[in-house]
Amino acid sequence: MNIIEITHLHKTYNESEVKVHAVNGVNLNFEAGEFAAIVGPSGSGKTTLLNLLGGLDSPNDGKILIDKTDLSELKSSDLIKFRMKNIGFVFQSYNLIPVLTAQENVEFIMHLQNRSKQEREERSMELLRAVGLDGRENSRPNKLSGGQQQRVAVARALASKPKFVLADEPTANLDSKSTEQLLSIMEELNRKENITFIFSTHDQRVVNKARRVITLEDGKVISDERKR
Amino acid sequence: MIIPASNYPKYPGKRKVKYQNMGTNIKLAWRNLWRNKRRTIITVASIFFGVLLSAYMTSMQEGSYTKMVDIVVKFYSGYMQVHQEDYWENKSINNTFEYKQDLVDQILADKDIDFVIPRLESYGLASSQELTKGAMIFGIDPKGENHLTKISDKLSAGNYLQKKDDGVILGQGLANYLRLNVNDTLVIISQGYHGISAADKFPIRGIIKHVSPELNKSIVYMSLHKCQEFFSAENRLSSLVINVANNKIMKRALRHLKRKIKHPYSVMSWEEMQPEVVQQIEGDRAGGVIMKAILYIVIAFGILGTIMMMMMERRREFGVMIAVGMQKRKLASIVFFETLFIGLLGILSGLVVSYPILLLQSANPIPLTGQAAQLMEEFGFEPYMFFSTAWVVFRQQAISVSIITLIIAIYPVISILRIKEIKALRA
Ligand SMILES: Nc1ncnc2c1ncn2[C@@H]1O[C@H](COP(=O)(O)OP(=O)(O)O)[C@@H](O)[C@H]1O
Ligand SMILES: [Mg+2]
Repeated sequence: MNIIEITHLHKTYNESEVKVHAVNGVNLNFEAGEFAAIVGPSGSGKTTLLNLLGGLDSPNDGKILIDKTDLSELKSSDLIKFRMKNIGFVFQSYNLIPVLTAQENVEFIMHLQNRSKQEREERSMELLRAVGLDGRENSRPNKLSGGQQQRVAVARALASKPKFVLADEPTANLDSKSTEQLLSIMEELNRKENITFIFSTHDQRVVNKARRVITLEDGKVISDERKR
Repeated sequence: MIIPASNYPKYPGKRKVKYQNMGTNIKLAWRNLWRNKRRTIITVASIFFGVLLSAYMTSMQEGSYTKMVDIVVKFYSGYMQVHQEDYWENKSINNTFEYKQDLVDQILADKDIDFVIPRLESYGLASSQELTKGAMIFGIDPKGENHLTKISDKLSAGNYLQKKDDGVILGQGLANYLRLNVNDTLVIISQGYHGISAADKFPIRGIIKHVSPELNKSIVYMSLHKCQEFFSAENRLSSLVINVANNKIMKRALRHLKRKIKHPYSVMSWEEMQPEVVQQIEGDRAGGVIMKAILYIVIAFGILGTIMMMMMERRREFGVMIAVGMQKRKLASIVFFETLFIGLLGILSGLVVSYPILLLQSANPIPLTGQAAQLMEEFGFEPYMFFSTAWVVFRQQAISVSIITLIIAIYPVISILRIKEIKALRA
């Protein structure tokens, strides 16, 4: 069953003098449990597509259905609430909240969801263990390496038990060892827990781990391959 | 197992944990405050110094007003007076009233009233052998009057009046003008009650240096008894001077008395009797308000600058928070609290430090020297800088900073409500 249905999606930027067609008629579906990479050269529209998919930006045309909910029909505050319940985000530059410890960062969304203290603590510790950061739960982001911060970000994205996780070039700022570590954690979460990951990258090693590779060029899908 | 989806509980009710969340917002706000320690400290310090300076200035002003009122009250009018209702308009001996114990008892029935003293005041021509000068004649109850004005302390020669004394005490200036001394004789000519002529000779018992230069040049004190006799105003008074503990109590007592004492009498406060003093105080206060307003406006821009900088630096972080599901309203409340905390810290530190300083200062007024001191002494002021620790000194600062902070806090709230997360994320 599809959890995401994208039809006829268009996004243009008119901010500069030249009109840029960043996403140009994209049709895509995603099923629960996918581990999909969006690849393509810089400027091909990966970030724009992920932002639209995450409800952070709105398309000029086309439709995004997530579990039968049309994102364009939600008003601003409902969209925020929808994101909180359904979508996990991992950003290229980690974007943890600097005043919160690793564990508090993971708990952040659960706070927004009004989860009980016990529930928050148990789950955040569980997730930190899963990303190999037990023992660092009380460290603030500035005391963690880039790789560690990104692993906290993955734990944070999962804390709310989202329907899927969007990650825009999650490894772009990481060294190869951290990249490998992060990828294997994501892969394991996907395999064992059936968590849906959609991530963009232009790192070939990351692409190789994906089970589905969607290639963009000039805002269009030029190939969509499933492995195995 | 990380996500056993089936036994992952559904949303708990929203209300249940609202408190907890309020706590989280405040905790977050508090921590955010200390992200840029130096900047927060500098901002708080600017408020701190503003509060300190303002409180110091206000304390000095209020202290001097209190002293001024004290002098007016102690050396002249008392806090309140009861007159015959036409007396204030036309201070004639004919507008006096008959002393009635009932009236005094009625006044004293109010617990706020400390004591009541009778006076008979009028004018006359005071003469020595060859010189004459207009004089103010005060018929007083020597003991009662001294209780209020402590005039016996101001005697520069001779003795104070006895109860039914038939002598007089002169202001130094008047005595000098008439070239009279203790034990000399003063002649007074005037008009008594209902036009009866009044003229008599009085032995001079003493000479006082009155704190009011005006009175010093014109005052003649005599016992009430002798004064009534002189003016043929048997048992009549021009005023009952009513004393209370302080100006605050006066306000309440005045209200009660005005309700109680009616025709043919009227009750007046020192403020009604001497509106020029009130005006002078009000004018001075207004000047102070302008100075303080300028000071606080400068501080306000300092705070605003800090908040704007903070908003700019954290734009991206705000974007992230909204992206992952934080409602803008909630985020706005966090930043609102941060702004409030800065103001609060400034107020608290300012008050905590200024209170003991001003307490110390009010116990040890600053002595003045030189010409200013001389001038003040001449005008009946003690040559000191007095300080007040009245509630208003501190309340004014607390309210000013609170208002400033609240107004400034509108800025981050509005700018967060307007944030476009996609743009903020790119910041
Ligand atoms: N905010 C924006 N304003 C104008 N043009 C933009 C904006 N964001 C992206 N673009 C343009 O849209 C195209 C796609 O960009 P992007 O989605 O960031 O690609 P990618 O993430 O694959 O590098 C690029 O040509 C880029 O210059
Ligand atoms: Mg990109």
